[in-house]
Amino acid sequence: MKLFTHNMLTSKMIRNVQVGYPLKLCASEVKITPTDFRPGFLSKVIPKIDWTVLVEAVNSVGNTEPLPPALAEDYDKNDDFLRKAHHALFEIEIEVITGEMECPETGRKFPIQNGVPNMLVNEDEV
Amino acid sequence: MPLKSFLFWFSNEQSGFRFTELESIFRVFRFDLHHYRQKKVMGPFVLMNLPSEDHALKIMSRSVLAHSCVELWSIGDTLNELHDNFRKNLEITEPYVDQRLSLKVETFGKTISMAEKVELIDTFEYIPLKGPIDLKNPELRLKLVQFYGLDPNNVPEFPIKSFFGRWIADGQRHLMAKVSLKDRKFIGNTSMDPLLSLLMANFALIKPNDLVYDPFVGTGSILIAAAMMGGYIIGTDIDYLMLHARTRPSRARAKHRDLDESVRANFIQYGIESQYIDILVADASRPMIRDDIRFDAIITDPPYGVREPTEKIGSLKSYKIKEEHVAMHIPSKIEYCLCDIICDLINNASRRLTINGRLVFWIPVSRDTYEVEKLPSNPCFELIANCEQILTATASRRLLVMEKIREPDESTVTIMDSTALMYRFKFFENDGSKTRKERKKHANQNYGKGCKRGQLLPGHTDATDVAAEVQLPS
Repeated sequence: MKLFTHNMLTSKMIRNVQVGYPLKLCASEVKITPTDFRPGFLSKVIPKIDWTVLVEAVNSVGNTEPLPPALAEDYDKNDDFLRKAHHALFEIEIEVITGEMECPETGRKFPIQNGVPNMLVNEDEV
Repeated sequence: MPLKSFLFWFSNEQSGFRFTELESIFRVFRFDLHHYRQKKVMGPFVLMNLPSEDHALKIMSRSVLAHSCVELWSIGDTLNELHDNFRKNLEITEPYVDQRLSLKVETFGKTISMAEKVELIDTFEYIPLKGPIDLKNPELRLKLVQFYGLDPNNVPEFPIKSFFGRWIADGQRHLMAKVSLKDRKFIGNTSMDPLLSLLMANFALIKPNDLVYDPFVGTGSILIAAAMMGGYIIGTDIDYLMLHARTRPSRARAKHRDLDESVRANFIQYGIESQYIDILVADASRPMIRDDIRFDAIITDPPYGVREPTEKIGSLKSYKIKEEHVAMHIPSKIEYCLCDIICDLINNASRRLTINGRLVFWIPVSRDTYEVEKLPSNPCFELIANCEQILTATASRRLLVMEKIREPDESTVTIMDSTALMYRFKFFENDGSKTRKERKKHANQNYGKGCKRGQLLPGHTDATDVAAEVQLPS
């Protein structure tokens, strides 16, 4: 699972959860997968990103260069910034069986197995 | 700017999808739709006047139904008329006067011999081109195309139309072979046919850098096509075992699935891994993505309840799962009626899509009760196209292309008449009185025990023909 996906996911499917965002990320093992750098796509998605959540997610993952704390104003022209954002959003991946995300309101855990998050909730939670 | 004439030669496959594809490509490149509306159609040929060659090249860079495009130099009802027209227009050959050239004769509706072709080529002696003939590596490819009509039982002696011109480009039909299901790493029972997936991606107007979502992703076959058009993809599916490739293998004679099978493995196989964002195990009927995220396109093939079950998380009883069981508990699922699936899909898409974003999806319909008024409608969407793929005498599926025209409010609802849908019981014509065990026993008595894997069933010529299998409904 990439941090871009984490940035979008909520636990609102659980009954009585109001916001369910951001999910707390507990990643025990992280893989870096190089992907093509596409400034056009980045400039398009960065406005949709909750930057604070992304910075926290990068910090919680550890052993990688921290992101600038705030979104640069001229991010679409700042190549260095875009490359860092690209790395954080699309290259850091939570891979291993022990990775999980936690609902901020109920503490419900969503495991990530082989890079695929399992967002299914049980029938008594819907 | 003076317009040039172009001849687009379409494949005779899925001809009902032809014009939706062409119009969609015009929309992708923001071409003036006026040129599209002025088109002339003759069997598999479409003639269009376009402002530049670049327009034609761009159309061919996306089309999977057009197989070639020719800049039209002359046209005629008879060969003599074609020559007369061409003689008036010889200055068109000027830029190519010294190029190495080839001239090919192609026919539609009749096969002609090599000698006849040579005879036809000889009639072009008067062309003022000085370049040498080079059949292997020509700079200028000339084509004479002859159309003998569409009725194979009544082929005329002479062509009813002849076209002559300069070949410009072939379409994207080679992509079908590239993403063929026969050698794809990870396939399921209902993986979408490559041609139809590519068409869906075109209908959904997928452009480079689009964010594309499939709520019933399965093995990701539709998203592969979307990624080939430059889209970035996200998919969800409720089937945990499918996404982790732990279901029974779908390939004939395969005993087990490989350990490295996954949706992602397919993207790696085709060299488009960078377009892959994520696939999640999730129940598409429930919200799991932030409200302010917008997709550029949603393309999907929902389960019809025939070959894939229609299910969502839930239970008819009310209980609390005991603490000690939670860790290992597999959520129970309840029936999710096809009509609800489609209404939820459209309602969710109305909130999730950008304005002018498209929702492209299949619905199975019963052919005898289908009427166009019964199709689902929602005030946020305009129905752009509705193409039929016939499955059996009584069942077909329709590809609906809907474009979001405005944002929803509290009062927007999807209206749908469920009587047009093909339901499971209609497909199997089951009276409902028998249990599964009884039906199986009945089938064994009537048709004999099922064949061993790899053995041919009566009436089947090729057990490995995956392509034939995917034509069945999911």
